[in-house]
Formats: sequence, structure tokens, C-alpha cells
Amino acid sequence: MGKHSSYDAIVAGAGHNGLTTACYLAKAGLKVLVVEKNDWIGGAAVSRSLHDGWTYSNCSYVCSLLRREIVRDLELPRFGLQVIPYEGGASFTKDGDYFAYMSDHDALRREIARHSSKDVDAYERFSQTVIRQCRFIRPFLLRNAPDPTSLKPRDISELLFLVKQAHGLGAKELGETLRFWSMSIGDFLDEHFETDLIKTHIAGAGIIGTGLGVYSPGTAYVLLHHYMGDVDGAIGAWGFARGGMGAISNALGAAFEEAGGEIVMGSGVDKFLVKGGKAVGVALENGDTYYAPIIASNMDVKRTFLKHMDQGVLPADFTKAVERFKIRGSSGKLNIALDSLPKFPAAPEGATFMRGDLHCSASLNELERAYDDWKEGYWSKDPYFDLLIPSQIDPTMAPQGKHMMTVFVQYAPYDLNVDGVRSGENWNDATRKAFADCVFDKIEQGCPDIRKHVVHAEVRSPWDIENEVGLTEGNIFQGELTFDQLLFNRPIPGYAQYDTPIDGMYIVGSSAHPGGGVMAAPGANAAREILRTIGKGKLMPKFAA
Amino acid sequence: MSAKIKAAAVPMGLIETPFYPRLAALSRAKSWIGWAGYISPLVLDTVEFEYFAIRNQATLFDISPMHKYRITGPDALAVVNRLITRDIRKVRDGRVGYAMWCDEDGMLIDDGTVFRFSQTDFRLCCQEPMYGWLMDVAWGFDVVVEDESDSIAALSLQGPTSYSVLKDAGLDVAEMKPFDWREVEPDLWISRTGFTGDLGYEIWVPRDHALAIWDRLWAAGADWGLRAIGGQALNMVRIEAGYIAAGVDFQPVHAVMRLHRGRTPMELGFDRTVAFDKGHFNGRRALLAQQDAGQRFALVKIDIGGFKPADGALIYHRKRTEVGHVTSGIWSPTAKRNIALAELKAPFGISVTTDLWADVYVHEEGVWRHKMVAVVIETKPFFANTRARATPPRAF
Repeated sequence: MGKHSSYDAIVAGAGHNGLTTACYLAKAGLKVLVVEKNDWIGGAAVSRSLHDGWTYSNCSYVCSLLRREIVRDLELPRFGLQVIPYEGGASFTKDGDYFAYMSDHDALRREIARHSSKDVDAYERFSQTVIRQCRFIRPFLLRNAPDPTSLKPRDISELLFLVKQAHGLGAKELGETLRFWSMSIGDFLDEHFETDLIKTHIAGAGIIGTGLGVYSPGTAYVLLHHYMGDVDGAIGAWGFARGGMGAISNALGAAFEEAGGEIVMGSGVDKFLVKGGKAVGVALENGDTYYAPIIASNMDVKRTFLKHMDQGVLPADFTKAVERFKIRGSSGKLNIALDSLPKFPAAPEGATFMRGDLHCSASLNELERAYDDWKEGYWSKDPYFDLLIPSQIDPTMAPQGKHMMTVFVQYAPYDLNVDGVRSGENWNDATRKAFADCVFDKIEQGCPDIRKHVVHAEVRSPWDIENEVGLTEGNIFQGELTFDQLLFNRPIPGYAQYDTPIDGMYIVGSSAHPGGGVMAAPGANAAREILRTIGKGKLMPKFAA
Repeated sequence: MSAKIKAAAVPMGLIETPFYPRLAALSRAKSWIGWAGYISPLVLDTVEFEYFAIRNQATLFDISPMHKYRITGPDALAVVNRLITRDIRKVRDGRVGYAMWCDEDGMLIDDGTVFRFSQTDFRLCCQEPMYGWLMDVAWGFDVVVEDESDSIAALSLQGPTSYSVLKDAGLDVAEMKPFDWREVEPDLWISRTGFTGDLGYEIWVPRDHALAIWDRLWAAGADWGLRAIGGQALNMVRIEAGYIAAGVDFQPVHAVMRLHRGRTPMELGFDRTVAFDKGHFNGRRALLAQQDAGQRFALVKIDIGGFKPADGALIYHRKRTEVGHVTSGIWSPTAKRNIALAELKAPFGISVTTDLWADVYVHEEGVWRHKMVAVVIETKPFFANTRARATPPRAF
């Protein structure tokens, strides 16, 4: 027989959102337990040492969306979190040219002009439009999604807030907003720019983590999702967490424990326990059972309800809606230990833009074809990647003079097609190696000597990410960020307020509004909702309230 | 007919520090300011990345324009102890002490660092020119005061990898504790001091050795993210560390025209640097009197709600009565808080510490807005990290 204990609230999964919910609840005075299946906390925001001397942010790898209100409420810097922005980025072409994004505005204008004078002004208009859309959307991130079907005063007030914000835009801009939320990033960029290389450099943000192509409607919003964060108020800027993304989770974990919380690692939830339509506890795989009247699941909505709950307790319509929730694995990851800083011969010596995100894709057609492979169940033969070398900035990631490279690869299928059979089980050492070879071939386009520098590489397919982290199909956002699954439709129409058909059971991960990315907003919003439900809404700290 | 003297013309405008050739080559921003008559970088590249290099890697900042005075002779210890408010007898040889010094009315003339070679040999390093005052203080004592400001070049090497940079440059400072100072090589002195609150060192060499030490550190810093910085980034980290700046957070009393602009060490929150038990020192009587009567002002560290920097904001009590103002305010990218130093009129900041508000003005694309934002008084520095004090220091 295992252990049995009672708590005020149990959080299933120590991802960054679960830990955020746990922190807010513990700070409000609740006795909170976090249960985690792995022997470490962090979910997909982790720093792992898989090769002696190197640290990998082996899932999520850069930081921007993390809400500053939450960082401040929970005093995360006091627990060791330091976010360092990075500057610039570049896309390298086959013929030895590149387009570099530079944080120095004047240099950026000159660089764009090197490709097209017309695109210089186009870029100004493009960024103005995007920032304007970001400014519109940011206030919604730490609010509940408005629910147009509800007549409760609070839901009406959220709806009024949306209407008021939208009204502030004016008719013309509102039209632009609706276009932006529904159109493809390819069409949007075609409207602005004439240089394919520049379009391609920008377009990556519209497909990262998404089972859509650059010309699929909805990808413009995905770009917005990647731009709406900030580093110290610089909207759209990205940075590294010093010591890797695990620094975020570890700071949350430390803040939680200081607030009196308890974390149990090493055994995952087997079953959410439900009695008379109410959540009552969790039974772990190791036989331990814990009881609480509030259960918060940091797992995605599919995993929560389809794998760890008796179907009998759920309304059939709800189950159906969960089943159709789109959560497709579309990306892989290489984490690489390098013996020295590899050269990208096209880049000028000491170019600061090399400290940013690097790519080797040169046309939107190339990206669209990469998507076609994925649709058929193959990894892209000519993949898009988002490559960074954080050790150029963060001295803690690799031994002196050596480097760590993170390569996010789009697209890679969850159910890999081998000889016409599509299955996650097709991912094995041989297919992982073939996938990695394909990525290395592509990296060589910009960095011909890359293979010579590799000391160790970890290759992760969507299948691996699902198995280790628990994200269904390895989808990094816990559900596609398409308009049909956003706001009051996220994750399930009628259940967009972090609630579920089971009383006391909440969804606190990125399956909920406002979605994925290391943002912590779903976790904080869910905590606010939980505290409000139990009559302790006043205990939510000022910034995220 | 008497012979006429041909006077040498003084240089006009700003003159170069010994490190200027290296700084000029690195300057992309072309953003320079005058500092004690020298040309000094405000920003070399971008303030953002220079700031983060201080808190994440290592940075070089040229502090040669600081005023430096050598006080030597049998009475050197007595002169220094007459000058400053703390007890220099408690600072051992090979140690550095932060010090303040006051006029007869107890008003701060300047603050700075006292480097103790021995009880007969000191160096005073400070922001304001001080030769005349030192001569006044030393009158009747057996000491020599020498102005070393132009003959000593100095660099501040700050940041979590600064120890690693020194190590790779072949300079062994592993055993040095905070405020230690050593002649690490002939004519090359290193102190474990700085203005950042982080791990860091200051390096002192004769003027003509300047470029050689720069090049040596620069080469060693390649693997450690070493970056040259300007004063603007430095100003951000010193606010995070809770350090005060002359002419900003206090007005050096010898430099003000208006009456009553001087402040005492207690009014600036530095009671701990006043040693009433050490015997006579300049300002002692006035400071004792203020101890009885109570201070007129309080310089406090404050946390301000919201995300907009509050530099210059007026502070109100109950949103109605004006009680002071922010002297230095920034958004802290490391603490992720809106922080400031603020001067409040007594009793605010002393016995009345709640219901305080900052009236923060924000200008955005041609429109001004202002908002009363809650203020919380803090006692600890906004930035504190164990790496700053670890001995031997960590690699990063």
C-alpha cells in the first residue's frame, strides 16, 4: 500500500504552468502538493546535463513570453532567474549570401537595402503593424477569455473589455486585426515584401511548433504569438534564461517551496479520482494516493481526459470535443555539444547577429514544400530550423571555449511514415539518426564544418517529446494555436475558464487560454480562477490579478 | 625691459584618457560625455547589451577620470582619520574602505574609496576634485599629498566572469576577498572593488602601462564574453546595488551655490560609516547634534509599482502631500522590478513609511500621461548575488 495524504489542492505535472498555479495557490495559504512523473521538475522548461560539462535547454530554448507580472508577483529573480536578451539573427543561402536581422536599427536598414531598397520601408510598416497587433493582444493574456455565450456579469465585463479594446482600434484597424488572426503568414509577407529571403527569415515564427504551412490560414497569428512577448518591455525581443530554461522552472519550484508547497517526483498520475461528479484526488502509478478538493492538471487536455480519467464520469459531448482538439506533433529538436565555435563563412568575423537565431531557409516555397513532406508523414527533406548557440552569451552552458547549439526543426511528424505505415513507434535510433543527418546536411549550407565540431548530440522526435515530457504527440503548445482553438474556444467551447465538467478539476497548462510558449499565463489565470471559485479571489497578488 | 614669459596654452575641450584609443575603436554609438575634463563613453554599442554583460559576463569600464590622491608620511593615518567619518584604523593594510567625508557642518563633501598601503601611505579615490580640501585637512600634519589623477590609469573589470578573465590573463587573485587589494605584479595593483554589487575588480597601473593591460585583459576575455561598456549601463547596475552617485543622489556641498542643499551621511542612509567613537573628525560635532535633533531627510530605496521607470518622479503621502522625489530610478532588467532611490523629507521614510505614492510621468509618441503608483520602501539592495562575495570566486 502506498502513501495517502490530504491537501487543499493538488497540481498534476511540474511544468512551468503547473508550478505557477501551485505558487499562487500556496501563497494564498493553501496546502498544495505538486506531483511529477519525472525525477526532475520543469516539463518542457528544463536544463539537462546529458554530456559532461554541457547544459542543454533540451525542449523550450528561448524566453520572451513569460509574463513580467508573474515574474514580479513570484519574485523569480530572487530565486535565481536571470533573463538575458540576445541580439539579431540571420538566414544563410546556398550561394553564400545571407540576410541578417540586427538590433541596431540603422544597420538593419542598410542590410535590408542590400537586398531591396523597397523592402526597407516595407519593414518599417510591417513591424509597425505587428507591434500594433501585439499591443492589442497583450492585455488579454492575463485575463480570462471572454465568453460570448455567458450572461454572468464577469463574462459580460470581459466581453465588454474586448469590445472596448476592439472599438479603440477603429473600423479599418479592426478589419486588419481580423485578417491578421485568420490569414496565412505567407500571404501577409507577400503583401509587404518583395525579397523572398527576407520573407522567409520572418516567416519561421509563423510555423514554429505548428502543423501548418506558411500558406495555411492562421499562421499569421502564430507569428504574432511569437512576437507578443517582451524582454524588459522591448516587445518582440527574445532572450535566454541564464543556466538554461530550467532556471525558470527551478525558480518557480524554489518560490513554491518557500511558500510552503511540497513536490513529489518520480511517479506520474495514473488516475484522476472523481466521486459524484467532483474531483477528489489523484492515484499515482506507484500506488500512492493523494486527496484534495481541488485538482489542477498541467497535462494537456487530451492526456488529462483521455488517458487518466474514467470516461464514464465525463459527458460524451465533452469527450468528443477533447478528441477533436488539434494537438499535432510537428517539430523535432537537436541539442548539440560542440568542441569550439563553428564558423559560418558567409558572416563577417565577429558579427553580433551570429548570437541570435540562425536559419538556412531561403524561400517561402521551400518552407511550403517542407510542410508537404510532413503531411505525408515524413520529416522535411529540406527542413526549416531555428538554430542558436546560447553559450556565446551564457557562460554557464558549456566548458570554456566550447559551445552548445540548440536546433529546433520544423517539420517532423509524430507518426512517422515508414513503408506506408504511420506510427510513433517508427521512431528509433536508425530513424532518429537519419533525421539528424538530414538536419546536419541542411546546417552545412551555412556552416560547412558543423559535423567536425560535434562532441555529442541529442536527437528528439515528437514521439520522444511525448514520452519524456508528456506532451501529446509532442506538440509544444499543448494544442495548435489556430483561431478555432483560441480565446473562448480554448481548449473546449464552453470550458474556456480553466474549468471542466468535473467540479474542482481545472486545466492549468497551455491547452488553456492564452496558449503555449513559456508564458506562465495559463497557470496564473487558472490560479486566479481557482481562488475566485473558493472565495479567496482577493488573495491573488496585485500584478496578475 | 623685463623678459616676457611665454605661457603654455591649455588644451580646449575634452582630453583623452590613456585607454581612449581602444575605446574609440570600439565605439559604434559615438556617444561620449565629459567626465572631469576627460572624454568618456556613455554608450559604446547599446546600453542594453552592455548592461547585460555586467550581470552575465564581464565588462571593462575606464575609470581613469576618477580623482586619485596619495597621502604619505608619518601622520598619514591621522590625516585620513580626521578627513573621513569612519575609523580608518579598522581598515587593515592591503584593504580598501568605502568612506564619506564632511565639512564642519556635517554636510557631505564627497564619498569614495580609501586604499590603505600602510599606516603611512594611503590613496583616496573619489569623484570630485579634492586637492585643496586635503591640503586644508593636512595643515600642520607631517604628510605629503600628491595628486595622482593624471598619472594612474584605472580600469573597472566587473561581472560574474571577471575572475576568469583575470585568471586567463595570468593574474592570480583567487585568494582576494572583497575589499582586498594587492600588488599582483610590479606596478600592477588590483582591488576587489567596484560600483556594480557584482563580482568585480579594479586595476590600477601607471599611465604608460594602460594599453598593455587593456590588451592583455581583452585577449583573455575572448572566451568569457568580455565587453567594453559606457557609463549609462554602469549607472543602472549601481542603482540596483543601492550605491549613490555624487551630483545625483546627493549634492557635494563644496559644489553647490544654494544654501541647505548639503546632506549628512545619516540623511543618505550611511549611519554605519560614521564612527563617533574614534575621536575628532571633520563634522563630528554637527553630526552628533543631528543625532540628537533628528535627520531632516532620508534617502531610501524604493520599489515602485508598474513597469514605467520613475526617474525624477515626485513622491506624495496619501496622494496629496508632496514629501520628496526620486533621485535615480530605472526598470531593473535583473530584478525585474521598477526600482529607485528617493529623497524624502522627515518624518517620511523614517517614522512614516506607508501610504507613499510616486507620480510617474510617461511620454509616449507625443502624449503625456501620469499616474500615482504605490511606493514600498526597501531595506536591502535590489541586486544581491552570492557570487559577488564568494572566495575563491566562481568561474561565472
